[in-house]
Amino acid sequence: MERIALLSPVCSPRLQNYPLYIRSVPTENELKFHYTVHTSLDVVDEKISAMGKALVDQRELYLGLLYPTEDYKVYGYVTNSKVKFVMVVDSSNTALRDNEIRSMFRKLHNSYTDIMCNPFYNPGDCIHSRAFDNMVTSMMMQYVK
Amino acid sequence: MEPGAAAAPALLLPLSEAEQQCYAELFARCRPGPAPEAAAGGSGVAELFRASQLPADALHQITELCGAKRVGYFGPAQFYVALKLIAAAQSGLPVQLESIKSELPLPRFVALKNDSEMRYGTPAEIHGAKCQIPHTALDKNSFKRADEGDKLETKSPPMSPIGSPPASPSSYQRVPLSYGYSKSRSGHEQKHGASYESRHSAHQQDESAVGNYGAKSAHGQLSRSLSAEKEPQDSSSNYSDDPWRITEEQRDYYLNQFKTLQPDLNSFISGTVAKNFFTKSKLPIPELSHIWELSDVDCDGALTLAEFCAAFHLIVARKNGYPLPDKLPETLLPDYLQTASLKPIRDCALFDSYSESLPVSQQTRDFNRTELETVCEDPTNSEPLILFDVMTSVIEPKTSIEEVSDKSALIQAANSDDKQALKISTTAKTIPKEFQHLAVKTVAHETNTLKARPRSRSYSSTSIEDAMKKGEEPPTPPPRPQKSHSRASSLDLNKIFQQTTQAVRSGWLPPPPALPPRPFVSQTEQVSEIELHPQMNRVPPQIEESSPTKKEILPTQPPSKPIRRKFRPENQMLENQELSPTISVTSSLPAVKSHHPVQKQSSKQKRAIQTAIRKNKEANAVLARLNSELQQQLKEVHKERIALETQLEQLRPVTVL
Repeated sequence: MERIALLSPVCSPRLQNYPLYIRSVPTENELKFHYTVHTSLDVVDEKISAMGKALVDQRELYLGLLYPTEDYKVYGYVTNSKVKFVMVVDSSNTALRDNEIRSMFRKLHNSYTDIMCNPFYNPGDCIHSRAFDNMVTSMMMQYVK
Repeated sequence: MEPGAAAAPALLLPLSEAEQQCYAELFARCRPGPAPEAAAGGSGVAELFRASQLPADALHQITELCGAKRVGYFGPAQFYVALKLIAAAQSGLPVQLESIKSELPLPRFVALKNDSEMRYGTPAEIHGAKCQIPHTALDKNSFKRADEGDKLETKSPPMSPIGSPPASPSSYQRVPLSYGYSKSRSGHEQKHGASYESRHSAHQQDESAVGNYGAKSAHGQLSRSLSAEKEPQDSSSNYSDDPWRITEEQRDYYLNQFKTLQPDLNSFISGTVAKNFFTKSKLPIPELSHIWELSDVDCDGALTLAEFCAAFHLIVARKNGYPLPDKLPETLLPDYLQTASLKPIRDCALFDSYSESLPVSQQTRDFNRTELETVCEDPTNSEPLILFDVMTSVIEPKTSIEEVSDKSALIQAANSDDKQALKISTTAKTIPKEFQHLAVKTVAHETNTLKARPRSRSYSSTSIEDAMKKGEEPPTPPPRPQKSHSRASSLDLNKIFQQTTQAVRSGWLPPPPALPPRPFVSQTEQVSEIELHPQMNRVPPQIEESSPTKKEILPTQPPSKPIRRKFRPENQMLENQELSPTISVTSSLPAVKSHHPVQKQSSKQKRAIQTAIRKNKEANAVLARLNSELQQQLKEVHKERIALETQLEQLRPVTVL
């Protein structure tokens, strides 16, 4: 059984870190995923602060493997506006390589910026965009198989 | 259909199936709320009755009979009875309860749409009311339309009663309902006049996957009602089977609306402007958001004319009850819309309307001019689509650059057009697109289109930005003229002069005019020593930050300069006086005479020198104090700076935005 990503961009400038969007495939154990994502936020914050005055380069937006726990791995990515993307991947899914994860995050980031272009979207709102949903679904389907 | 069966005035009213459906529909339209048992809105009912074209007194009778007057409202039962009575009246039977017991044709309602269109000024109230009734269609107007050759078949979707029956007045013609008439759909479509507030749209959204047919008429009506104009009927448009096509009038209307927002047809409507405009349509925000997503194909936060038309069209469709598609229909793609604007229109009369849109497309497709001509000659879709695909792909990088160059744009902050133009010029694309009104770029660090854009552009443009910014930094200021050194040199010389004057007076040539022998005159000495001391103070610190001290001292020097100069002539005079006697002494007079004035001068000078020394010492002390104070200030400023820097460093990882 493939269990993959729970994706959640989390908005941080207000220091509240609430999820803008959460999705998981398959949908069982979703609560566990939510919990994992939430705890991983601390790791993300730590990584951001550790960078300090580091250049905000796109390469550094990808935080890499945050920590491997139990039977899943957590990857993080942060945008320049401190919106965080967290991906939880089943550890048994060894086919997923780092650059694939990177490309997934890049796609997510692109879709997120597309959403931001929409004047009807207020930053900080939960994301209801169908285009975003479709993109996420297709991505997850693609990589789960 | 229970109420129908259970008559209100204790009258069992048998309704045929068709009648039931008809009445249910009409009732649904008239009722203000979703509750099936709610009473029909009085105004809607009144209109409906008026539309039946019965005389007023007949209507009064009907209302009385059906029991609405008694009950005070038009409940379902009353409504149905009333409708039946209307049918009876229309078929010539007397308005009595007995007459409705028999089978009657359906009541006919005309002129409803006209009234409603006049009445409804806002799109919110107009619903094309496409209803999907999977079962037998409503033949409400079957009789009226019989002459149109429309079938009484349940399968055929009779258009709205207001449709274009030949007998109807010209105002009905506005509805381009001609299409769809002869078409027999699979019976799922019905186009009812936009006369009623349609609650059905709410219901049918779920059902209708293909709420397409006949929607154009709705759009046409809607557009006209929106513009509150009565345009001549354009029955030439044959896009009958696609609600996602934009008719000519609609396109014109959209064009006009675009102009009101943005006079230049070639440039964009920004996000906020469009948002305000579309919000007026009173659609819910999530839907508007979805419409935007669909129509803003290049995801730049701004709408071109084509995108705007698409968005507007979607809004119009949505208001008419059509569910929003998940994907932008092909006919609403900007490519297609711009192609369509180029194609020669079948009706030459409307060609003028496209003269405006032509420059738009031509400008954006300069290098394909020859192909454009071929397009014009050959009105096929395939070629232009290919062309425009190419062009859009070229346009995209340009827009990507333009958008990417706005990395620093804040959310909902308008960007200066100059900035855009500058950056676009740096990228020098072939297509001269005018970005006059550039989008409100929400935090668009990078943008994406349906076709992937090269991301590297973002960095190239940012490097250009950085280069520009760096180049704009002012060069370091030139070094200050170091008068101090000159002064110092003069200082030394003066010192030397001071020493030497006491020792050897005669034969000592006066110093150059720039450096008058100050010690000779007490006043000049004061001035000179004031100058000397600052110079002395200046020399020890020799810190760059002592420039403020320098600055303070320098102003003192210029005032002293004129003083010096003032005294200079005096000095010079004195010098000359002194010199002349000395010279004269040396030259002509014997030593006796020379001694005499020399002795006098020497004693005077002694005294003068002593006073000068005292005063200089005082001045020295004052300046030394000043110096130490300034040094302290400097240290404090240093400390503050260090403190702020540490604070900044501490805060930086937390609040970088």
